[in-house]
Amino acid sequence: MPTIDPVLIFQISLIGVVFLTLQISAAVLVYFERKIAGWAQDRVGPNRVGPLGLLQPLADIVKLIFKEELRPKAADAWLFYLAPILSATTAFAAFAVIPFGPPTTLFGLLDRPVPLQVADVNVALLVIFAITSMGIYGIVLAGWASNSKYALLGGLRSSAQMISYELSYGMALASVLVIANTLSLRELVDQQAGVWWVFGAIPIPKWNVFLTPVGFFIYFVAGIAETNRAPFDFPEAEQELVAGYHTEYSSMSFALFFLAEYVNMVTVSAVAISLFLGGFYMPFLPDSFGLLWFLLKLAVLLFIYIWMRWTLPRYRYDQLMDFGWKRLLPLAILNVLATAAGVLYWG
Amino acid sequence: MDAALFYLFAAISVICSLGVVGQRNPMHSVMLLIGSFISLAGLYVGLDSPFVAVTQIIVYTGAIMVLFLFVVMLLNAPREDLAPGGQVPIPRNLKVVGGLLSLSMAGMLVWALSRLAPTPFVEDPQAAARVESVREIGLVLFRDHAFAFEVTSILILVAMVGAIVLAKKTV
Repeated sequence: MPTIDPVLIFQISLIGVVFLTLQISAAVLVYFERKIAGWAQDRVGPNRVGPLGLLQPLADIVKLIFKEELRPKAADAWLFYLAPILSATTAFAAFAVIPFGPPTTLFGLLDRPVPLQVADVNVALLVIFAITSMGIYGIVLAGWASNSKYALLGGLRSSAQMISYELSYGMALASVLVIANTLSLRELVDQQAGVWWVFGAIPIPKWNVFLTPVGFFIYFVAGIAETNRAPFDFPEAEQELVAGYHTEYSSMSFALFFLAEYVNMVTVSAVAISLFLGGFYMPFLPDSFGLLWFLLKLAVLLFIYIWMRWTLPRYRYDQLMDFGWKRLLPLAILNVLATAAGVLYWG
Repeated sequence: MDAALFYLFAAISVICSLGVVGQRNPMHSVMLLIGSFISLAGLYVGLDSPFVAVTQIIVYTGAIMVLFLFVVMLLNAPREDLAPGGQVPIPRNLKVVGGLLSLSMAGMLVWALSRLAPTPFVEDPQAAARVESVREIGLVLFRDHAFAFEVTSILILVAMVGAIVLAKKTV
């Protein structure tokens, strides 16, 4: 009887674990979003279901499952149901290449260390860019297939916004690429371990954010625009478009869009951590707790995401386009040139 | 495993491509074409060249097909339904010529494919590393084939200018 390599079992189960964790993280994020919204608006937030309202996401899920699935008569049935599936798939897929912990033997269970990463692709950075660029289809198709004017307007707005900010997003990735000289996320993260000693006394972590702070800023702004979060939440601007591209969706197909939005937030933050914030490394702290440091950084970034939503008002649409094309993109191109010049001079 | 994945992606690609020309809703055609491109990317991964696969997705699926989708969506392209008043009758001699042409095309394909010598898989790790390495691809593209690369880009530019000139006359 052929023996099955335990490492293989571990890697396969890792896929399942990451998939489930991302789903659960969406539920946890919804809870925290509502709690933080409550604090920001000086009210309590959900507190009825379970202690401190902790079971509220569960109640939401049950409600969504038991709602009636509606489809407009004039909608294109195929594309109407394909759209939310595409949205959710692209949201989950990008996380596959992110390293979220150091190689582990699972406390000695495995005979060799296995990296905590679903797929170590040598062009991981491009994979992320490719999957992000595909995220647009779900929203455009939802807008078109619903055959409703609000949904169509929302879908069109969203695609214009995502195409505009994708350029800056790619440029921000390029600035990291110039520094790191590799496309592999694992190598990129490994490069960021350790500290620099400035003036021999002040330690600064070897994170890319200190090498290209402008790149990090551009990445984060473009990332918020790509995930359609406030202050760039035009696709679903309630006051103008009812609910934008998912106006006609209900029940679980709406839940898939909802899930996709939160999983996208997690993925964009996780990529930001891997590219700019040292991945699972923390200076002076043991690397073996890598997963913990990764989750800590993720929590901080996600908090900033939610904090921004309840603090900043939405831009006007022309302001959004103006900012994307006339400010952010030139800044991003200049940043790549400046970074390349710096690498040539010092590097 | 490799062979199974190859046949899977090849089958998806062929079925999607047939679907693109085989049905009448242009939006569905666009989506099927995207499916075909993605399965092509899967085939490239099977050939040990993830870089080409990812470039395929970024360029075709991420950029060009979005443009296609927009054009189809914004022009509100109708279904390619039959012309009013039923099917337009095709003259008999045209049918004969068309049949002969497609028969000769099929014959040519069979002849060409039967003469094809199958290339065996090369199990050379160094060759695989050469194809995989983005650095190698960049060096070959921008050093050995720099002239061809630049000429191609100028050709595309000329085509773009030409398209704009042609379109402007009619507006």
